[in-house]
Amino acid sequence: MANYKMHVLICGGTGCLSSGSKAIADNIKSLLKENNMENDVQVLMTGCFGFCEKGPIVKILPDNTFYTEVKPGDAKLIVEEHLIKGRKVDSLLYKDPMTKKHISDSKHMDFYKKQMRIALRNCGFIDPDKIEEYIAREGYQALGKVLSEMTPKDVIAEMKESGLRGRGGGGFPTGLKWEFASKYNIGEQKYVVCNADEGDPGAFMDRSILEGDPHSVIEAMSICGYSIGATKGLVYIRAEYPLAIERLQNAISSAREMGLLGKDIMGSGFDFDIELKYGAGAFVCGEETALIHSMEGERGEPTTKPPFPAESGYWGKTTNVNNVETFANIPVIINKGANWFNKIGTEKSKGTKVFALAGKINNVGLIEVPMGTTLREVIFDIGGGIKNGKKFKSAQTGGPSGGCLTEKDLDVPIDFDNLVAAGSMMGSGGMIVMDEDDCMVSIAKFYLDFTVDESCGKCTPCRVGTKRLYEMLDKITKGQGTMDDLKKLKMLSGVIKDTALCGLGQTAPNPVLSTLDNFWDEYVAHVVDKRCPAGQCTALLQYVIDPGKCIGCTACARVCPVGAISGKVKTAHVIDQEKCIKCGACYDACKFGAIEKK
Amino acid sequence: MAKIKSLDELKKLREKLQNKVELREKGENVDDLVQIKIAMATCGIAAGAKDTMDAFIGKLNEKNIKNAVITQTGCMGYCHSEPTVEITLPGKEAVVFGNVDADKTEEIIEKYIKNGELVDGIIPVGYTTIEEEK
Repeated sequence: MANYKMHVLICGGTGCLSSGSKAIADNIKSLLKENNMENDVQVLMTGCFGFCEKGPIVKILPDNTFYTEVKPGDAKLIVEEHLIKGRKVDSLLYKDPMTKKHISDSKHMDFYKKQMRIALRNCGFIDPDKIEEYIAREGYQALGKVLSEMTPKDVIAEMKESGLRGRGGGGFPTGLKWEFASKYNIGEQKYVVCNADEGDPGAFMDRSILEGDPHSVIEAMSICGYSIGATKGLVYIRAEYPLAIERLQNAISSAREMGLLGKDIMGSGFDFDIELKYGAGAFVCGEETALIHSMEGERGEPTTKPPFPAESGYWGKTTNVNNVETFANIPVIINKGANWFNKIGTEKSKGTKVFALAGKINNVGLIEVPMGTTLREVIFDIGGGIKNGKKFKSAQTGGPSGGCLTEKDLDVPIDFDNLVAAGSMMGSGGMIVMDEDDCMVSIAKFYLDFTVDESCGKCTPCRVGTKRLYEMLDKITKGQGTMDDLKKLKMLSGVIKDTALCGLGQTAPNPVLSTLDNFWDEYVAHVVDKRCPAGQCTALLQYVIDPGKCIGCTACARVCPVGAISGKVKTAHVIDQEKCIKCGACYDACKFGAIEKK
Repeated sequence: MAKIKSLDELKKLREKLQNKVELREKGENVDDLVQIKIAMATCGIAAGAKDTMDAFIGKLNEKNIKNAVITQTGCMGYCHSEPTVEITLPGKEAVVFGNVDADKTEEIIEKYIKNGELVDGIIPVGYTTIEEEK
């Protein structure tokens, strides 16, 4: 066994590889060999460090030195200075943009402090199927504390003090919601409902919490039950989440076995039990009134508010509905106190927010950051930047109800209010990142397609209006749109916003409005020039062969399914635009980059 | 499982469990225990985490390594590099490996678990936990 004294970790992620990290590794290895050190120092390619903006990254263990923007030529310095003489190379260290000081150790870098895990504290740490592991990590302590030391009023006061706002998207203050529910008392039975109907395209944070830490939600629901005087909890979860359901069921039964759920919890005289209600996975069922109807066995259609669920909820009784991520924050707030919690985040949005990063980003995954982190930090520092070195174009937040943020919004601190001001919204926290190759008209069309499918159909503006929006967008992507259509798009969007019955209909035109606002030129290009700048809308594309690059290998002509390509061997080929069906087979087949998409 | 009757009982249980969790139910010498955590949320399973877990269990048995315990856990957040596996060697900081397929387990066991020798594919941890914030 080689007994290495030092390790050189070199980032092997897409970003760093493309800026030469492989060459750095090779250079260091050969220099080590020259110096007879290959058995003392180990050189490794690692996964992405996430800090692609300052790549390539080289980290040295055990002294935890973090070098940024390393060039293959720097290998000499690293080997001779650091590995042989043990002196850190100052010029390669990360310079803090604020203090201008060199930071040698990644643990002290802002980037690695940017994520903070509260709701996800146990995800990836504990075995979700073992209640013992949850208890070992302070699990059920908050419930115990609430039951033995606090009155329901104390709990609500603590929640209000914490400043926690609903993480399902609306951002309504959780403490205030609980206070309403505690004051109303219609009938004898009150209910606590956990909204686990996660329907936004690209969002998976609730599922991950339920899969990774189901007990935190159970504990929080019990705390809520105690504070508002409810003894029954219901989790409304979509049936498409089988693993989350299985882990939740298992967690509920082990909590019952240990007397942490059921009758007389921890000898306090408080009873609380939870059952699951399965949804069929309809987007509208995330809206609380529709969710309640669905639980009652009715169609998942919303009703106007008021009455709010606190006044008339499940079976007409007082009901409090919170989202999974909201619940996951609660045990921590009780254990550590509202004052600990409300120091994190921005003035009006406290705590952290979980985002599901998806799309054209290097580090697709689940992240949790304090409120007030900027979009730039999320996308470029934590998310590792855009895939394949492409240019950032837009980030879609808030799902179909949200909007597209663009380059000008990159430095906006993310919180509930700032996102609304920027023309988008927090939503449940799905974040889909788009690059220069994405066509914004097609993106708007994608979201409208989703809304058309998911509209419950109860009110006309949403049922018919979104369909008409979709049809107009479809026309535009096919090159048949007119400037008049753009005007109509805007007007109809406004009408739907003003007249739809529930929040989902009212926000359905948002993707259209925000793309119209931010990418007007792109719409005009489709309508006037009959051109798709991003090269996505098939009907507007032309495949053309560059005669200068074509060597006449015939590969394209052989794969063309309609025989639209002609030409002799070893001479440039031509595509007959009349016959071409724009399938792109020739584009993929050409090894010389001679075919252009226009 | 006995029912918990009061907060004190819960606290006592927690203290007991804290050690037990570290022991990962083996009840053996904790100083000598290798902990292997496999992220088994939907993303991990879809990327083949079950095969990875089977491979670990099979190979650890085959190689007669008795001081390792395997547990499943939720999503660590590195969906871009699933399946991910976190390994804590006795007395060392945990290391997360990405893209661990069944073949990679062989390399990890032979080099890292047996000899403490690092291998390619490490994912640096990019977040603080609430414990560190105390």
